[in-house]
Amino acid sequence: MDWANLTQQLINGLSLGAIYALIALGYTMVYGVLRFINFAHGDVFMIGAFAGLYVHRWLKPFFQWMPEFFSAFLVLLLSMCICAALGILIEKLAYKPLRQRSRLTVLITAIGVSLLLSYGAQLLFGAAPKGFPQLIKNETHNLPGAVSITTEQIVVLVVTFLLLVSLRFIVQKTRMGLAMRALSNNPTAASLMGVNTDAVISFTFGLGSALAASAGIFFAMLYQAIDPFMGILPGIKAFVAAVLGGVGNIAGAALGGFLIGLVETLVVGYSKNIGIPPGFRDAVAFVILILILMFKPAGILGKSEREKV
Amino acid sequence: MKRNILSRVDFGALPWGALVATLLCGLFFAGCKKKDSAGNPEEIVIGEFASLTGATASFGQSAHKGVRMAVDEANANGGVLGKKLRLVTEDDQSKAGEAATVVRRMISREKPVAIIGEVASSRSLEAAPICQQNKIPMISPASTNPKVTQTGDYIFRVCFIDPFQGAVLAKFMLQRGWKNAAILTDVKQDYAVGLTDFFKDYFTKNGGFIVSEQSYSSGDKDFKAQLTSIRSTNPEAILVAGYYNEAGLIASQARELDIKVPLLGGDGWDSPSLVEVAGDAMEGNFFSNHFSAEDKSPAVQDFLAKYKSKYLESPDAMSALAYDATMLLFDAMKRAGTTDSAALRDAIASTSGFPAVTGNITLDANRNASKSAVILQIQNGKFRFVETVAP
Amino acid sequence: MKKHIAHLALAAGLAASLALYAIAPQLDDYAVNILVLAGINIILAVSLNLVNGHTGQFSLGHAGFMAAGAYTSSIITLSLAPVLASAPAWQAQAAFFAALLAGGLFASFCGFLVGVPSLRLRGDYLAMVTLGFGEIIRVVIQNTNALGGARGLEGIPPYTNLLWTFGIATVAIYVVASLVNSTYGRGFISVRDDEIAAEAMGINTTKYKVAAFVIGAFFAGLAGGLYAHFISYIAPEGFNFLKSVDVVVMVILGGMGSTPGVAAAAVLLTLMNELLRDFEQYRMIVFALLLIVLMIVRPQGLLGNFQRRKRKATQP
Repeated sequence: MDWANLTQQLINGLSLGAIYALIALGYTMVYGVLRFINFAHGDVFMIGAFAGLYVHRWLKPFFQWMPEFFSAFLVLLLSMCICAALGILIEKLAYKPLRQRSRLTVLITAIGVSLLLSYGAQLLFGAAPKGFPQLIKNETHNLPGAVSITTEQIVVLVVTFLLLVSLRFIVQKTRMGLAMRALSNNPTAASLMGVNTDAVISFTFGLGSALAASAGIFFAMLYQAIDPFMGILPGIKAFVAAVLGGVGNIAGAALGGFLIGLVETLVVGYSKNIGIPPGFRDAVAFVILILILMFKPAGILGKSEREKV
Repeated sequence: MKRNILSRVDFGALPWGALVATLLCGLFFAGCKKKDSAGNPEEIVIGEFASLTGATASFGQSAHKGVRMAVDEANANGGVLGKKLRLVTEDDQSKAGEAATVVRRMISREKPVAIIGEVASSRSLEAAPICQQNKIPMISPASTNPKVTQTGDYIFRVCFIDPFQGAVLAKFMLQRGWKNAAILTDVKQDYAVGLTDFFKDYFTKNGGFIVSEQSYSSGDKDFKAQLTSIRSTNPEAILVAGYYNEAGLIASQARELDIKVPLLGGDGWDSPSLVEVAGDAMEGNFFSNHFSAEDKSPAVQDFLAKYKSKYLESPDAMSALAYDATMLLFDAMKRAGTTDSAALRDAIASTSGFPAVTGNITLDANRNASKSAVILQIQNGKFRFVETVAP
Repeated sequence: MKKHIAHLALAAGLAASLALYAIAPQLDDYAVNILVLAGINIILAVSLNLVNGHTGQFSLGHAGFMAAGAYTSSIITLSLAPVLASAPAWQAQAAFFAALLAGGLFASFCGFLVGVPSLRLRGDYLAMVTLGFGEIIRVVIQNTNALGGARGLEGIPPYTNLLWTFGIATVAIYVVASLVNSTYGRGFISVRDDEIAAEAMGINTTKYKVAAFVIGAFFAGLAGGLYAHFISYIAPEGFNFLKSVDVVVMVILGGMGSTPGVAAAAVLLTLMNELLRDFEQYRMIVFALLLIVLMIVRPQGLLGNFQRRKRKATQP
């Protein structure tokens, strides 16, 4: 039993999973509040990565006066703000007019927005992959037993953890969080109780988009190349993660994200042993989706909802 | 819920009529385009298809510049056979399926006398049957998979083929004493799969051992899982059979996983973008290529000077090969004395000793060129010449 | 009375296809290309409409069925190629027809496999699962070397022509339109309108949902086979999620639930595709904006709603 190999794969899987988790959170929050899948969410992730690229370019001259971690943090923060604004804008323009319509109509619109973002990005930035700048100096740290972890991976895992904790704080301990939970539970009652529905929805979109942006930056940091279509697959996988964990459940989304990242990495890493070619990497998430929807549609941490006639 | 005026309209049985009307419109649109005659008789149309945009844009851009330079040069010297040359270029966007579509369209609309393309073997394979069927000679500048010219007798190439390239890499590795090798192949590309097979063949027959074989797909970003597996088998060198963007990422991630052994690749690595993404991680790695910018021969230096003054940048192997392919086409046209398809084909096929930038080109019975390869190493971000390997 | 009109229309359609085929040599090659693509798109749109529009099962995996048909028929004609090379023309055509049918049947089998697990799912989830199935089919093909893997299959004999394309398109329109207008077909619409009420009324919704997938997939498989034998080269990349979206756009533009609507939309979009070819960068952006604007302003598409004259509470 090659423990070193396994541990290494686990580290790789968790850092990939962190990215899926961050994106999945956005899906689950929007679903909780609005009951629909924001198909365009994966593309907000992509815009986050590009935002990071350009923010870094514009601010580069100023970076010499600040420590590296601070400049990296600044890039992250600004990208998150840009995407939060983008998310709110999308909601106001494309989804708000459709609030009373069937879920299917909104889903189709979401697909439209997703295509608009990806192809628009292709138009603006070109289809060829772009290199992402080194935000922080990346060193490989050799752990005992032929296992290594890079600085970037550590940063991703730590910051993701911090973001998750902050999110939990916002949702559980603030008024806005309370409003989100109320809206998610029963929209009519919530608005009757004085909750400003529009504001809460905007906030939810903004928050989810900001998290997607951070996922985009982390992905770009770990994998160095970004392109306009990088959001499609991770977006779909993150959706599966949200479903896996239980849609509408924040802890579930995070759990689902890490699980999917792990399973995907392990399947590829041990492909020779289990006889599945690494090319199936992307299908793994779909197989998980089908299985979970067939056997436990409420997800790992979700509660079964009875369908009322 | 607000309902606008549009949602109130009710059509009755109109839709079926609408459908028929639409179909008639389509037919009319189609009928409007009558069959073309051969266009302007005062010019010769040369077709080109390349990946100008998309994942492997670097190949297409380089190749296009080479072809363009050759066409402009020929036109400045009075054209070929007394006529001016007109170059028609189509972009296949580095996507599978697009090459076939654009070549088909180019043939039916522009009726070129010959087509130059493509760098990537997969896309050449797509277009070759179409060119063969339409009896239009196709010259690939840099596709190295043997299957390309096997498609038919109208398909040619001006570069070496992968059985040779695979052997070159294997020989080099063994010469350096690296007997245990790992292989990472891009299974989405004919080029990579072929190169891997030929490499393995030579390598194992001459005392080498393959300790690990992993695969990935073009477009993948994360290779850590495969690299971790490879790392645990302790290879002395790793063959990365694929194109430059993934190669760059693989090199980066390999260093991050503390893999110190050298990585080797084929001509698919040839692009300025190789070092852009990977940076220092690429240092010390090797790849086989068609020519080196450090070659002191007058043909190469002359080409370098011309290219630099036209495009303000240095050429890579793809531009050199594309230039050679086009010049060879012109030479064949002159020898045939006509652009008639069968005669032109025969003239191209009988090319012998053609003095090209990338070496003398003689096309053999399989319409491939027998040429030397060079091994380059990345040193200080530049491709430096290491050695030449003759066939 | 209606039935006679339908039969007449079928005959007329087939006659028109024959006529088209006859005048094909007079037309520019490029134009014939466009017409064939339009015909294939009609088949795809009409078949998807049965699932999405008439039965209300939002499927995003149609490209997977197309792929199943394309590959099955291609494998058959490729393996028979050496035999057919020296055979009389009618034999080649018969083999082509058989290959197409085989493709369609295998695709409908896939449709069955997709339909069954999807039974309990609604709306968004159903869309994602069908997307997942479509992608799984694509990934399986991509990793199967016998099917050419990621590099695709080349050299497929180009049997497709205007007669086959429009002939099958006519049949597809006829089948779907008559099916939906029949008493049996009301079952599809009842599933779309209110599934629980339908169940309560004793309609076997399972049967209808699965039937929709199976029939829709069958025609998608035929379309795939036609496509493969037209372009002569197929690769898994060409049957990805974006291809499914292309077909969905046609259905939505034409009006979910309107067979002539989606067929017209298919033709329009094929033409638009070609016209915008020089502006490839903008094409998908135009499509995307079209989708968004359409959903806000006229969600029933161009010709939707024409069959449902009564005002429905369940307006999209």
